Amino acid sequence: MIPEIGQFALVLALCLALVQATLPLVGAWRGRPEWMALARPTAAGQFVFVAIAFGILEYAFLTDDFSVEFVAQHSNSALPAFYKFTAAWGGHEGSMLFWITVLAIWTMAVAAFSRSQPEEFVSRVLGVLGIVSAGILAFALLTSNPFLRLLPAVADGNDLNPLLQDPGMIIHPPMLYLGYVGMSVPFAFAVAALLTGRLDKNWAKWTRPWTVAAWVLLTCGITLGSWWSYYELGWGGWWFWDPVENSSFMPWLMATALLHSLAVTERRGIFKSWTVLLAIGAFSLSLLGTFLTRSGVLISVHAFASDPTRGLFILGILGLFCGGALLLYAFRARHLEAEGGFKLMSRESFLMANNILFVIATASVLLGTLGPLIITALGLGTISVGVPWFNIMFLLSMLPLVVLLGVGMHTAWKQMLAGPLLRRLRWPAAIAVVVGVAAPLLAYGATSALTIVAVAAGVWVCASALLDPVRKLVLRTGAPLTRGHLGMCLAHFGVGVFILGATMASAFKLETDVSAKPGDTVKAGGYEFLFRGVHRVQGPNFVADEGEFELRRDGKLVTVLTPQKRVYRVQQNPMTEAAIDTRPTRDVFLALGEPLGNDAWSLRIQVKPMMNFLWFGSAFMALGGILAITDRRYRQLRQKQTAHAEVVGTA
Amino acid sequence: MKPRQQRMILIAGVLIGVVVAVGFGFRAFQENLSYYFVPSDVTAGKAPTGRSFRLGGMVVNDSLQREPGSLTIDFTVTDFANTVPVRYTGVLPDLFKEGKGVVVRGQVGADGRFVAQEVIAKHDENYMPPGVKDTLAKPRQAENK
Repeated sequence: MIPEIGQFALVLALCLALVQATLPLVGAWRGRPEWMALARPTAAGQFVFVAIAFGILEYAFLTDDFSVEFVAQHSNSALPAFYKFTAAWGGHEGSMLFWITVLAIWTMAVAAFSRSQPEEFVSRVLGVLGIVSAGILAFALLTSNPFLRLLPAVADGNDLNPLLQDPGMIIHPPMLYLGYVGMSVPFAFAVAALLTGRLDKNWAKWTRPWTVAAWVLLTCGITLGSWWSYYELGWGGWWFWDPVENSSFMPWLMATALLHSLAVTERRGIFKSWTVLLAIGAFSLSLLGTFLTRSGVLISVHAFASDPTRGLFILGILGLFCGGALLLYAFRARHLEAEGGFKLMSRESFLMANNILFVIATASVLLGTLGPLIITALGLGTISVGVPWFNIMFLLSMLPLVVLLGVGMHTAWKQMLAGPLLRRLRWPAAIAVVVGVAAPLLAYGATSALTIVAVAAGVWVCASALLDPVRKLVLRTGAPLTRGHLGMCLAHFGVGVFILGATMASAFKLETDVSAKPGDTVKAGGYEFLFRGVHRVQGPNFVADEGEFELRRDGKLVTVLTPQKRVYRVQQNPMTEAAIDTRPTRDVFLALGEPLGNDAWSLRIQVKPMMNFLWFGSAFMALGGILAITDRRYRQLRQKQTAHAEVVGTA
Repeated sequence: MKPRQQRMILIAGVLIGVVVAVGFGFRAFQENLSYYFVPSDVTAGKAPTGRSFRLGGMVVNDSLQREPGSLTIDFTVTDFANTVPVRYTGVLPDLFKEGKGVVVRGQVGADGRFVAQEVIAKHDENYMPPGVKDTLAKPRQAENK
């Protein structure tokens, strides 16, 4: 009975979404305050019903209700309660409900924090979010209902995919979804601005923190996913240009472009149509990602279960939202007039370059992801694009980007003379060149042209990002630092750190597969691995062969590594748990392969220098974003809104 | 410089950048295309020799052969119509199993053996590589008639 209540709650949520999607929009158009006033209550009601549905699904998981098909397929009575909870988003249907829940949370947040905005504008934003919500709810109810019954019920469930039984899986999908779905907020703001035909600096000031928030969450989500695949998939790689990875990365690239374009719109009142297009693009790419992972068109290592009708449905939604927004744009964009101009040597120019390069990068990833699909669909053979292609294309757009980034950060708005700019940047530039040439040679005794360029670029961005904070905090000169400015410096510093990590970990990595018997010592990358033996370990719902290895350097014991090969009882699939020893300068990665006969095991050994720079770099980017959201000018907006609310309250 | 000239420089710069990027992109795209075939394509001689491609199919039961203690393994991949022998040296993915789907990337050697540089097994254990389903479905359709 209880799962039916969940389904019923979803139907009610859809009804409310349909009201939210129509009446407030018509009310704003016709100037009817009583219709516009429906926007917030319907959003709140929708949130309540969606939350009920999600709670009921969690309840079904936690109480092992295997008469619900989705639960039976993705859970098991022996599964730890922790993973029962997270299994709710471990499959297609549940993750769609999760998508809807996240959208409802964002919608509620917009409704709650927008009291200072004109009612007409908020009605439109919430109306657009209602359209999105109605589309996805209809999709979930018609094609992927998580509450479908399985009659007769099975005695025990099919268990959660062992790969997903990992703490990283608890936070990775929620973060990713929050970011992904969060792109619907700037989209709604953009469409609302097109509907009003008015887009000013105030609009950008409002849209920016929302975009940054979604971007921060998306950054965390992608990084966690990359980290998860690094230590959990047992491959030791951290990015594979897999279509599913790409489908979360493309919205990130677009959102990053949007952030920078919004900065220009907020400060200078220009780049308006461009900002609107990027907002539409970022959300469309999020939907495209949803389509790609759920339609079965991908030959990927980790796509969801495939079903053509689902794919068609999402493609329809995508066409409707994206096409509708673009059509609106075609009619209304000419109303978005620029409020000023700028000279060639100005921050605007650099941000424009940023936007162009990000769009090129997105287009390359899109071509590499969709190109093969289109060629296959046309019947010209099944093909795929290799990792080298993505690497080349990405470097081609990102290298100039980071070089320009170092300059652009210190360029003034409107116009700046080249002289003072060069004077300010000569030190970072000198440090970058010296470190870029010397560091790889001194530390690893080898280098290549690309390594020099990449390390120099990383150091250049770091040094340039530190320039303002150092001047202010150490030398006590220069303009006061706002949190927004400090956030930008921190995020850009993170970009530099990330580049250094990615470069060093790729250029000086050591990867080798070997065969070894207990008692053997394997030498790799300056380390010795003494294989002490393999023994059985019992987990809550798995048994594992655990290898024991002494990691030694110059004869001295560094640590003991215990990689596992697990077999989960229900699904009976083996799974590798790699052992990783992380130090500031390097990661040692050891995974147990399979028994090769004669007591020998295959081992995968990797030594990656500066691997954790990757994670720290991404964390700095996210922290920078958080810092920027807490900037005073956004707080002032909120204070204004509480003051406004009080006035309304007393009146 | 006049604003007009500046804008022209900006636009020209952008255009050149875009053209170069697109040019590079398409060239690299063609060079990095990797084709996908099933064993029947290889037997029919459709697959390239001396060039890397991907081969998908099911691992034939009892076809796994390994010298004890060696990293090199031999197995046979089938699409239920034809088979191709494959050799790989290294650690196999967790979900690699006899009777399950697999995609391997590599080249066909002079002896007709496919030498794999990479072995990919799907997360989903019921996965069947594309193309295999088609050959699997064909005889059934014939039966139905």
